Amino acid sequence: MSDQTNAPQRSFFPNPLLNSTIDDWLSIAPDGAITVYSGKVELGTGIRTALAQVVADELDVALDRIHIVMGDTARTPDEGMTVGSQTVATIWRDARVVAAEARQALLALAAERLGAAPADLVVRAGVVSHRDESGEPDAMRRSVSYADLLGGKRFGKPVTGRAPTKRAEDYHLIGASSGRLDLADKFFGAPSFVHDLRLPGMLHGRVVRPPSPGATLRTLDDSGLAAIPEARVVRMGDFVGVVAEREEQADRAVKLLRLTWDESAALPAQGALHEALRELATREEVEQERGDVAQALAGATRVVSGRYLQPYQAHASLGPSCAVARMEDDGSLTVWCSSQGVFPLRGALADLLELPVERVRLIFMEGAGCYGQNGADDVAADAALMARAVGRPVRVQWSREDEFAWEPKSPAMLMEARGALDEHGQIIGWQYDVWSPSHANRPRRGLDLIAGQLVAGQGAPPTAFFFGGQRNAPTDYAIPNTRVTMHGIARSPLRASSMRTLGGAANTFANESLMDEMALAAEVDPVAFRLRHLTDERARAVVEAAARQARWDEPLAAGMGRGMAFARYENSEAYVAAVAEVAVDATSGAVRVRRVVVAHDCGLIVNPDGVRNQIEGNVIQATSRALKEEVRFDATHITSLDWESYPILKFSEVPEIECVLIDRPDVTPVGAGESTTVVVAPAIANAIANATGVRLRQLPFTPDRVRQALAQKR
Amino acid sequence: MAALFITVNGVRREITSPADTPLLTVLRDELGLSGPRFGCGLEQCGACAVLRGAESVASCRLPVGEVADAQITTLEGLGTPDEPHPVQQAFLEEQAAQCGYCSNGMMIATAALLWRTPHPTDAQARAALDDHLCRCGSHPRILRAVQRAAALMWDADDEGGNA
Repeated sequence: MSDQTNAPQRSFFPNPLLNSTIDDWLSIAPDGAITVYSGKVELGTGIRTALAQVVADELDVALDRIHIVMGDTARTPDEGMTVGSQTVATIWRDARVVAAEARQALLALAAERLGAAPADLVVRAGVVSHRDESGEPDAMRRSVSYADLLGGKRFGKPVTGRAPTKRAEDYHLIGASSGRLDLADKFFGAPSFVHDLRLPGMLHGRVVRPPSPGATLRTLDDSGLAAIPEARVVRMGDFVGVVAEREEQADRAVKLLRLTWDESAALPAQGALHEALRELATREEVEQERGDVAQALAGATRVVSGRYLQPYQAHASLGPSCAVARMEDDGSLTVWCSSQGVFPLRGALADLLELPVERVRLIFMEGAGCYGQNGADDVAADAALMARAVGRPVRVQWSREDEFAWEPKSPAMLMEARGALDEHGQIIGWQYDVWSPSHANRPRRGLDLIAGQLVAGQGAPPTAFFFGGQRNAPTDYAIPNTRVTMHGIARSPLRASSMRTLGGAANTFANESLMDEMALAAEVDPVAFRLRHLTDERARAVVEAAARQARWDEPLAAGMGRGMAFARYENSEAYVAAVAEVAVDATSGAVRVRRVVVAHDCGLIVNPDGVRNQIEGNVIQATSRALKEEVRFDATHITSLDWESYPILKFSEVPEIECVLIDRPDVTPVGAGESTTVVVAPAIANAIANATGVRLRQLPFTPDRVRQALAQKR
Repeated sequence: MAALFITVNGVRREITSPADTPLLTVLRDELGLSGPRFGCGLEQCGACAVLRGAESVASCRLPVGEVADAQITTLEGLGTPDEPHPVQQAFLEEQAAQCGYCSNGMMIATAALLWRTPHPTDAQARAALDDHLCRCGSHPRILRAVQRAAALMWDADDEGGNA
């Protein structure tokens, strides 16, 4: 394994169109079925369907003629990771352009075959015909299908990027709600997930992890395994696993192993976590500087400030991570896994196993929804190590406890914000500091993977870069004097990596909470106060639409409150505003979110129902994170290890959700998979303040915290 | 050791797994069924639900030896793409999933609910599904699918149909 800590970061989003050919992306079978090769993968958000819609529309074929191969390092282009709500935009950039190129090539062939200029031809359902006066296919003249033109043959043409793409008014599939292509299989029990893959001769594997990160193995007694002849231990350094012919044998074998470990108490006290973060910061970077914020604060009529706390949170995928690996006869390795980035992970696995990268093939198969980096990459390494050790295909499935204990967490963060108001109630200054570990620790080398660390007997290396904690730290408001500073932490107390919106959720929680406090200080309605500081028409439109739909000005019953939050995700992507309505039980401290209204603008909408589904999912997951979710730990290890110690929102707690979609057909689409998450917690915090007069600045808003805050007010 | 038989989706099957093996493992590994899913192994999430008779139960810790006399129905036994169960039909029509990992438990629990309570209120539906976790946040669609399934199952019946 390499141990350099400053390996150059390859781009998350390489541009694979360069120097590619149409055949790298797309093929036409003899029967006219079209296969699309996509470096992007389905994470449960409906990307497979959106991709099929875009390609089918651009090529003028029926949706059901599209077959999609995703994330196979031997067959698909490298489109980087499927992260950051970039996928629809990437499809727009890559697959749509290639489909247009393919269409142009097919039209040129058809023109030759039919003896007409391409401009005089029209395509319907993969059949090219002469165009009649109304622009429709001329039924009286000869036509030719894509299958007849090129079925089973190669295009043999480079991607030039110059083929004209369709005009927005000509779309027939893009912009229309389309049923998900993958759901029928899942609803009838067809094999759909990597968990369902069964290879001939396959063994079932389990990992036996240390009781805490950094613990080292002292003794291993496997004499108990004599009771299960079909099971055996795989040990490499501190990496321990078992494999067995049958799954129940592997489960039983784990229980029969006797291991002792040397542990050290390395974690800060949970209650002192955020001050520990401040101490751990090693790098300071000014993210945004405008005017003179010190002078603005000094000259303010009123200064409002707040200290906001974000806990560690878990991806908490419903299915634990799983992968299947097989050493091939030629010594190469194949791994089936649900990684968000099969190409980068291939490099890390090659490093771990000391194989040339071209001897490693990764094939994506779906896992349970991941919302970021869960254990998917790590379990691929576990399976690869065990398959190599035993010489048979091995399927490794983590336990629920493995997943909660070892998946990288969304980092804890500390945010301090100060806002300056002038005598007219206008914001003249905004000073913002955020302390955060890196939100991206995607594996590039063997040592980035848990298995690699255990084999080498080393802890995780400190992160070489500081990514994501600054996301949405700058506000989208017109404020003359601002300074936004990011304090980077190279060693996160708990292992951390990417989760939906990275730091965007915590930063927007802080910014939009302070915004609300400033509106109250200025004695201006929070919606009007936001509009007063927004100049971008699209920003104003979502704020106004959410307020209108929520009937912002209508009074609520006693004990209830309403709160607004707005952000432009990443300051450059989708615009989103939310209004939350909450009921607070003053005795128990329980917060019930009754209704959330979201107004959302992600440019052109490829699949309205898909966007709505994403907004609903974001609202519910972010409500769960805001009200309930906090990874608990003691001095040595995480203690949130199951659904009772890490509860998430249940049906009885799910709010009513209303979406206002603002479609902008002439604006290039951006993602909708994350944006809504950032505004939910602040909208709830602002609603709680509206209901009770009490301001909550620490997530999650548990009944205990609410009760304490109410008691302090009295 | 006497052979162990269980009845799954109407077919009596001989089982080679030991009697203390969790039913889920037997269904997935020995009988090759992918409908019921492993979520937690702790009876906390509902992804592994199957019908025992008309009751929805977690299969991840249930010893297979305890269901020898029961009728077990999995997602595969509810319906097929050509002849979907009304619950499957309704989940499709409402697009009631994102990743789909929890869908098995949601549909099994819905089928059990609709036998017990043919026309559940929203509160009854939420209560019946409350022990089933969904991390993607498909709850609103699932609740709509429950109501649609109730209509598909019983409304035709009211008109003398063949639900």
